Amino acid sequence: MSMGADLELRARVVEVLQDVVDPEIPVLSIGDLGVLRDVTVRDGTVEVAITPTYSGCPAMDMITLEIEIALARSGIGNARVRTVLSPAWTTDWMTEEGRRKLKEYGVAPPVVGAGRRALFGKDEVDCPRCGSGDTGLIAEFGSTSCKALWRCHSCREPFDYFKCH
Amino acid sequence: MAGGPGLRRFFEDENMATNTITVSETPLVLYALRRADDSLILGHRLSEWCGHAPTLEEDMALANIGLDLIGQARSLYGYAAEVEPREDGRSANDEDGYAYFRDAGQYRNLLLCEQPNRDFACTMVRQFFYSAFTDPYWRAMTSSSDPTLAAVAAKSEKESAYHLRHAAEWLIRLGDGTEESHARTQRAVDALWSFTGELFDADDAEDSLVADRLVVHPSAFRDIWSDTVDVGFARAGLRRPDGAWMQRGGRGGRHSEHLGPLLAEMQHLQRSHPGARW
Repeated sequence: MSMGADLELRARVVEVLQDVVDPEIPVLSIGDLGVLRDVTVRDGTVEVAITPTYSGCPAMDMITLEIEIALARSGIGNARVRTVLSPAWTTDWMTEEGRRKLKEYGVAPPVVGAGRRALFGKDEVDCPRCGSGDTGLIAEFGSTSCKALWRCHSCREPFDYFKCH
Repeated sequence: MAGGPGLRRFFEDENMATNTITVSETPLVLYALRRADDSLILGHRLSEWCGHAPTLEEDMALANIGLDLIGQARSLYGYAAEVEPREDGRSANDEDGYAYFRDAGQYRNLLLCEQPNRDFACTMVRQFFYSAFTDPYWRAMTSSSDPTLAAVAAKSEKESAYHLRHAAEWLIRLGDGTEESHARTQRAVDALWSFTGELFDADDAEDSLVADRLVVHPSAFRDIWSDTVDVGFARAGLRRPDGAWMQRGGRGGRHSEHLGPLLAEMQHLQRSHPGARW
């Protein structure tokens, strides 16, 4: 297969992958999340590289399957999904678009530049519903590896916070 | 049919009797298995809390931490499989082989990791001791000259920081809580203290990797671990045990009586139905 055909196929793959979402946060595509690292096409063979958010993230197997299904549905059968660990995923890779969609969905996006907290430090997180900064942590570990459970003292709603990582 | 030919064949068939894999333990394979075993065994212990933790939030926290640890173990087992020398005609071991088809004597984890959950205080103290080591350890290991170990470290150090903070906050809440929670936490500290010395040990195999800058010597983290523990104890109102005698053996496969039953439960399905998938 020619190089031109490879480039064309790559563009199709990238387009198909825009519709593959994180099964835990279905408003985010794997691109928005920064889990999709690379797409390469060589002689008609597609390789998609993804990276886990957390080492034990159970969504990785699901995401791999969904990539394969999405590509197969578009007639792209000759594809392989590869998991890479380095460089380690960070919330800094989340796109602006991803952060906006996350907040609309009711999940507070990770605080930019919060970095590693000290042993007993505290994040400052705004409520994704009413915008109040008067919030507090309920539990460090939420419904998925990447989220913590918070509550807003102003509107009284509990909410998920996408942990800075 | 006692003593009949069928039964005799059963006992004479090596595979039926042992069903275990053999591992070519080069220094690098041994290193990867030791760290993987720490993570898997502690991760499995935490999974035992699933559905039993004191609150729903803690149930989720312990499951999440266990999941992180089992994920770290998978990466390290995968790497061990990659670098383990293959003998002719033998298929190489894989991550499930290491986890499900080794007996207690082949496991290389720290004795600390296999200690039973007992009560919530004991679980948190065990986690605090372990994470106070792995947090700085994995951070330093991100500079390993081995790209795979550096990559595993880069993921693990971020996760360990959360695990340490979670355990430290509970240590304080329990130690500085009620009379009963304080007594239970101090009892856990006293009971687990003698298993902490092994955190800083390395043998000749690991020393050779240190010389090649693949790994950092664990004894380099003794002071920072000790400082973290002292800060936690001071805030929690806990007393640091005086005992200097330390129990060792896990790294060489000499385990406490607690590992066998854990493995029996964890491995039972794969041992009964090898290769089962769902």
